[in-house]
Amino acid sequence: MSDQGNRLGRLLSWDAAVVLVTVLVLIVASGAVENFGTSRNFTFLLLDLLPIALVALPMTFIIVTGEIDLSVASTLGLTSAVMGSLWDAGLSIETIIPLCIVLGAVLGALNGFFVTMLKLPSLAVTIGTLALYRGLAFVVLGDGAVADFPRDYTSWVTGTIGDGPVPNVLLPLVVVALVFGVVLHATPVGRGVFAAGAGEQAARFAGIRTGRLKFWLYVVSGAVAGLAGVLWTLRYSSARADNGFGLELAVVAAVLLGGVSIFGGKGTLPGVLAGVVLLASLQNALRLQDVSNEALNIVTGVLLIVSVLLPNVVTSARTALRRRSRATAPVSPER
Amino acid sequence: MSRRFLTGAVSAGLVLVLAACSGTTKNDNAGSGASASTAAANPNAAAKEGVKMAFLPKQLNNPYSDIEVSGGKDALAELKGEYKLVGPNDASASSQVSYINTLIQQQQDVIGIAANDPNAVCPSLNQARSAGIKIVAFDSDAAKDCRDVFINQATTQGIGEALAKQAKDLSGGSGEIAVLSATPNATNQNAWIEVLKKELAKPEYANIKLDKVAYGNDDDQKSFQEAQGLLQSFPNLKVIVSPTTVGIAAAARYVSSSSYKGKVAVTGLGTPNQMRAFVKDGTVKQFALWNPADIGYLAAYAGVALKSGQITGKEGEKFKAGKLGDYTIGASGEIVLGPPTTFDANNIDKFNF
Repeated sequence: MSDQGNRLGRLLSWDAAVVLVTVLVLIVASGAVENFGTSRNFTFLLLDLLPIALVALPMTFIIVTGEIDLSVASTLGLTSAVMGSLWDAGLSIETIIPLCIVLGAVLGALNGFFVTMLKLPSLAVTIGTLALYRGLAFVVLGDGAVADFPRDYTSWVTGTIGDGPVPNVLLPLVVVALVFGVVLHATPVGRGVFAAGAGEQAARFAGIRTGRLKFWLYVVSGAVAGLAGVLWTLRYSSARADNGFGLELAVVAAVLLGGVSIFGGKGTLPGVLAGVVLLASLQNALRLQDVSNEALNIVTGVLLIVSVLLPNVVTSARTALRRRSRATAPVSPER
Repeated sequence: MSRRFLTGAVSAGLVLVLAACSGTTKNDNAGSGASASTAAANPNAAAKEGVKMAFLPKQLNNPYSDIEVSGGKDALAELKGEYKLVGPNDASASSQVSYINTLIQQQQDVIGIAANDPNAVCPSLNQARSAGIKIVAFDSDAAKDCRDVFINQATTQGIGEALAKQAKDLSGGSGEIAVLSATPNATNQNAWIEVLKKELAKPEYANIKLDKVAYGNDDDQKSFQEAQGLLQSFPNLKVIVSPTTVGIAAAARYVSSSSYKGKVAVTGLGTPNQMRAFVKDGTVKQFALWNPADIGYLAAYAGVALKSGQITGKEGEKFKAGKLGDYTIGASGEIVLGPPTTFDANNIDKFNF
C-alpha cells in the first residue's frame, strides 16, 4: 500500500515536473528568443501542435492499457485521401466530414478486432495497418492532391477567434481533451484502463472486460485520427495520400515524454498535453533561432531518453538510500 | 459486438449519404482570390542592399537543391543581401508550412520557395505576403495567387520535348522506352512526363512505345531497384529516360555494372559531376540539364528586384539579373531561365556542378 502511495507520489511529481519544465521553456523562450512570444507565433504554435495533441489523447489511453496504435498517421492520411476523392465526386462537405470520422472509427475497429479478438500483439498489428492504410491512401488518391475545399471551412481552420491569437480549432481540442481527461481520471472506465495496464489477469478477475475496453479504445483512436485527418486537410487545403506522414512517432514521443509508461498502467493526460506543448514549443523556438533540423532531432532524442531514464534513476537512488539507511540501522540481536 | 458496430456504422453512413442532399459541394465553390499587388513597378529604382532572403527548398540535403540555393547565395553576396537556407528533411506537403511561419516571424524580406504542394503552402505564403514579404517560387511552383513570381528552369513544353528527342535519338527512332521519375506527386516531373506522352503520340514518334512510368521517389536505393525492375520486366527496353538527377544516376549505376551496358541507353536530366563517370565509360551518351545554380541566382535577383520595387510580377516587366543578363516577366508571373543544355562526351568537362 505504502509502495503504491509512493508510486503515485512519484508519478505525480513526474507529471508536475513535465508541466513545470514546459512552463519554464515557454517563459525562457518568450524572453530569450526573438519573435517567440508574439501572438502570431502563439497561433502558429497551436496550429502546429493541434493534430499531435488530438491524436495523443486516445493514444494515452491505449498506451496506458499496455498496447500501442502506430497506425494513427496512416489513418489520418487515408481519411484525407478519401475526403479528397469524395469532394471530387461532388459530395457536400457537411456529409464528407462525418463520413470521414466514421471511416476512421472503422479503421480503428479493424485494429481493435485484430488485437482483442484474434489476440495479436498490437505493435505488430498496427505496424501492419500503418503500411496497409497508407498504401490504401495512395490507391484512393494516387499521386494527386485535391485542393479546392470551400473557403469558409479552410479559413475557419486556419483562422483565429475574433482575430485574436487563439485559433478556432483550439475549441474542439479543448472540449475533446476535457472529455478524455475526465473519463481517464474520474470514471470507472478510466480506472479500468489503468487496471488493464497494471495487470490484465487481475483486471479480468476484478470484472473488467479488458477486451471490450481495448476494442473501443481503438475505435475511438481511429475516429479521432479521422477527425485529425479532416482538420489537417482543411488546414493545408490539400487532401493528399502522404498527409501526416511520420506523425505517429511524434505522438508516441510526446506521450512518453509526458510520463506515460510504455509498459502500461501509468500516466496522466495533463502530463501528456504538457509533453506535446514542450516538444512543439522547443521545436518552434529552436527554429526561430535557425537551429538545424539535425540538431532539433538530437534535442528531441535526448529529451526522450532522459524522460525514460530519469524516473528509473530516481527509483534506484531511492532504493539505494533506503538500503543504506537500513544497513546503518542498529541490528537487534533477537527477533 | 464488432458485427453490431459494423452494422451501425454502415447504416449511419447510408443515412448520412441519403440525408446529404444539401450542403456545400464542389460545384458551389467560389473562386479563391488573393489579389495581386496593385503597386506600379519602377524599373529605375535602385536595388536595395541588405535584403534578407530565405531559401526554402523541397527538402534539405538534396544535392540538386543544394546547388540551386548556392546560386542564390552567390547572387545575394553580389547584391549585398542576407542569405538564409531553411527547410524540412522530408519532402512532404505540409512540412514546409511551419518553416514559412518561422520566416514570417523572423521578418524576412523575401522567401524563395520550391513548393512540395502548390496549395498546401498557399495560406501561409499569403500570410507572409500580407506581412510585406515577397515570394519567389522556383523549381516547383506554388499556386499562382500565392506568390509574386515563378522562376521556371525551362518551359514544361521545352523539357518534355527534349526528353522525347533524347528517347528518339538514343533508340534510333524505334523501340521501347521507360520513364523513371521521382515521387508520384512531383509537380514538375508529372508535367514533363505529360508533355513527353503528348510528343510520343505524334506521327514522328509512332515507332516508339512507352512501356511504363516507374517511381524511385528520388531515393537512390529505390531508384536503383526500379531501374532493375524495368529491365527485368521489359527485356526489349532500349532507353530509360529519367527526368530526375537521383533517378538518372541510380539507373546509370545499375546499367553500367550490368549486362545491359551498351545495349540500354540511360538519359534524362542529370548533373555533369554525377554523370561524368558514366559518360566516360560509355553507359550514357547524352543527357540534359539547365544549370541549377542559375535558378537560385535568378531567384535572388528577382527577389531583390521585387523588394526594391523594380518589378511587381506583372507580365512584360523587365529586370537585370547580374551575369545572366536581362529578363522579362512572362504570363502569370513566370520568368523562364532559358533552354536546357545537352551534355555529352564532347562538352561535359567544361562544367563543374
